[in-house]
Amino acid sequence: MGKNVKLKKGYNINILGTPQKKTEKIHTRTYAVKPIDYLGLSPIPKLLVQVGDEVKAGDPLFYDKLQPDMLFCAPVSGEVVEVRRGEKRAITEIVILADKQIQFKSLEKIRISSTSREEIVKHLLQNGGWAFLRQRPYNVVADPKDKPKAIFISGFDTAPLAPDMSYVMEGQMGAFQAGLEVLKKLTDGKVHLSLPGSGGGKIGDAKGVEIHKFSGKHPAGNVGVQIHHIDPINKGEVAWTIDPQNVAVIGRLFDEGRFDTTRLVALAGPVVKEPRYFQTYLGANIEGFAANNLDNDHVRFIGGNVLSGKKIDIKGHLGAFDNLLSVIEEGDRYELFGWLVPNYPRPSASRSFLSALSSKKQFNVNTNSHGEHRAMVLTGQYERVLPMDLYPMQLIKAIMARDFELIEGLGIYEVVEEDLALCEFVCPSKTDMQDILREGLDYMREQA
Amino acid sequence: MIKFLEKKVEQVLEATKGNKYAHTVADGFATFLFAPKTTTNGLGTHIKDGMDLKRLMIFVVLAMQICLVFGMYNVGHQHFLAYGLAGEASFFTKFFYGLFQILPIIVVSYAVGLGIEFFFAARKGHAIEEGYLVSAMLIPLIMPPDIPLWMLAVSIIFAVIIGKEAFGGTGMNILNIALTARVFIFFAYPTTISGDEVWVAYDYNFLHSIFGLDSLAYSTFGADAIANAKHGLMSFVQADGWTGATPLALAAKGGWEAVQGAYTTSQLFWGDIPGSIGETSKWAVLLGGAFLLATGIASWRIMLSMLIGAIVTGLLFNAFGAADSFLGVPFHYHLIMGSFLFAMVFMATDPVTAAQTDTGKLIYGFLIGVVGMIVRVLNPAYPEGWMLAILFMNVFAPLIDHYVVAANIKRRLARANAN
Repeated sequence: MGKNVKLKKGYNINILGTPQKKTEKIHTRTYAVKPIDYLGLSPIPKLLVQVGDEVKAGDPLFYDKLQPDMLFCAPVSGEVVEVRRGEKRAITEIVILADKQIQFKSLEKIRISSTSREEIVKHLLQNGGWAFLRQRPYNVVADPKDKPKAIFISGFDTAPLAPDMSYVMEGQMGAFQAGLEVLKKLTDGKVHLSLPGSGGGKIGDAKGVEIHKFSGKHPAGNVGVQIHHIDPINKGEVAWTIDPQNVAVIGRLFDEGRFDTTRLVALAGPVVKEPRYFQTYLGANIEGFAANNLDNDHVRFIGGNVLSGKKIDIKGHLGAFDNLLSVIEEGDRYELFGWLVPNYPRPSASRSFLSALSSKKQFNVNTNSHGEHRAMVLTGQYERVLPMDLYPMQLIKAIMARDFELIEGLGIYEVVEEDLALCEFVCPSKTDMQDILREGLDYMREQA
Repeated sequence: MIKFLEKKVEQVLEATKGNKYAHTVADGFATFLFAPKTTTNGLGTHIKDGMDLKRLMIFVVLAMQICLVFGMYNVGHQHFLAYGLAGEASFFTKFFYGLFQILPIIVVSYAVGLGIEFFFAARKGHAIEEGYLVSAMLIPLIMPPDIPLWMLAVSIIFAVIIGKEAFGGTGMNILNIALTARVFIFFAYPTTISGDEVWVAYDYNFLHSIFGLDSLAYSTFGADAIANAKHGLMSFVQADGWTGATPLALAAKGGWEAVQGAYTTSQLFWGDIPGSIGETSKWAVLLGGAFLLATGIASWRIMLSMLIGAIVTGLLFNAFGAADSFLGVPFHYHLIMGSFLFAMVFMATDPVTAAQTDTGKLIYGFLIGVVGMIVRVLNPAYPEGWMLAILFMNVFAPLIDHYVVAANIKRRLARANAN
């Protein structure tokens, strides 16, 4: 039987424009796979396609030089039209102009129960399923040579504007269950599925896994927080994580014999006219979502949630792990005496605003930093929003000082960026905690 | 109108780009007038909490305002009391007397301290940190009303340069800045600050003539005495029965009974007694403290544990001390004497110099309570203990944190080894 964990610490950021439970199918003109989504790869992957090539959904696009068996595959069929490059020629996007009707590369259907771990690993690696498995510590793509001590799935999301996972998974429970069977083959330990204290709806019907309940405010839905309370990662241990929709992708890979990345993506935010869900494939172009759906054009598109998502420009594409496209206004305007008398309401975990009196209020947020970067002065504010036995400020300072033993001792293996995102949000000194943590994670990985 | 201002601000910022000193100052004032239009950089969270350091610091300054306003009144009140005119002078006369007495102290405090801050910020090419806004308000509140301004300036220069900038600026200092300034005067000019002459403002200034109190003073003391007073020889004009001694000085001599001989309990609480500018009025300090706790800005852990530390030590003293000695002063009266509450609400809770971990804060506060009481009661040389206790614990705070954090590391190691 799983655990029932009640978390007291945390903070819910209520933002206007939460997605309504309504789904529309959308097939955007282009789709893209972004090598930079997959942490831990070498900067320039080996391309298997060129601009102009026709691909089917499931055809390999590229691989990492150090892991030639692990293939990253096309989510849709069509023509490769562009390879976008960023700094130091690193590949940021491989763009496919999609066919109207998606052609899937047909694969062998595999009975999971009677297949060995080795064959399952091979099937995942060759057909794009492996890329969804992420390893703790470091949040990098899982290493096929490892056997994780457990696999963790968070069955709900508490981040601002987050999609309702029970709604998202409603129509995918068959594939989800099949995916869980695959995961169970990959570890000798358990597969853990965490649900909200209130139940979690359909997703709670999952069989054969250890089900835990977490109640509390954000970040109770973060898999890192859940791992910390279920079976924390110690030095030298490896656990894997994966999100529910990508579990379903793996399930379909075995059950239906095709790399079908169908997913529900929520479009949400205060400037969205009709916030709702869209059914599409991995890497959809965001222009398709934005067209005619916004009140304002001076906005920022964020793949993922507003705390730890990635900024995307309007020509860009959603990432492999995004099931939310947040749209908020850019806040590049002055505010007369704004630090003292706010000209409009804004969320704050401090109790220094009148809005603290009502916890239900939903805010129209923007990207203004509400103050400038300063030295770290206040203490205790991070601990108030982080339900883990961990000292975030000390950890961040240890990383800045590159003190290997201290960083390790303070528990860096238990956190990734999204876990400290709320700490970064509340920081009155506006410290870039997630960025510093990533530096620390990279540093530790190099040293190890 | 606002658009016009925004434009002007941008023009000034642009024009001063060449000179880093001018630019830092311009930037300091610009960000004061307008919350800047900077947006999140895309490296981390895309939205930020409305709380920033400016707001944080200004809230602490706001929390001190009742203390300050009452302090102004009380400085005037004590002054006229010394002249035997407390009944004749109106509330406003007293308040304005205090205002004129205190305003120069505040101006010097901000001008000297911020001047140094601006200079160092420009040298380092940083924006101006807001930390000193609080220190500059705290310093006047813990000074006696008759403090010579040059002495104040010297102590602030010492505190900001040696106490703060030498350690790397805001957020890096080991010692509380306001208390460093206070302790500097305390040890550099001991005769000035430990005698009783500074605790009441005796300046016989123009306010007397404005409010028509001249003739009253002349009839009470005679023309010669007033002439002396105008030249700063205050002892001639003290009214009968007036001692000017602070409650703690009395308690050290004769226990609680001696205090009660001069002051009632309600006087100690409401604050119409001689003392530092902002700390005599316990109710004002408590209101400020309530504000800081309600907004979540100050640590309740430090306040609560310091209170407990002081009470426990007070009870121990009571168990051993004779009734008419300082040891025998009932523990609860300790809480409304001297600057205990002010130190608890505004000084011990300084987040930079306090312990930084939650557990550490409990230990830190408790030890301040204990040490402060020991210095106050057992040490014959110093009439009050909180300044020294807090500075002492400031030094130990990193050590406390070190052990709290080490315990966390050990827990993690033990967990790893158990597997």
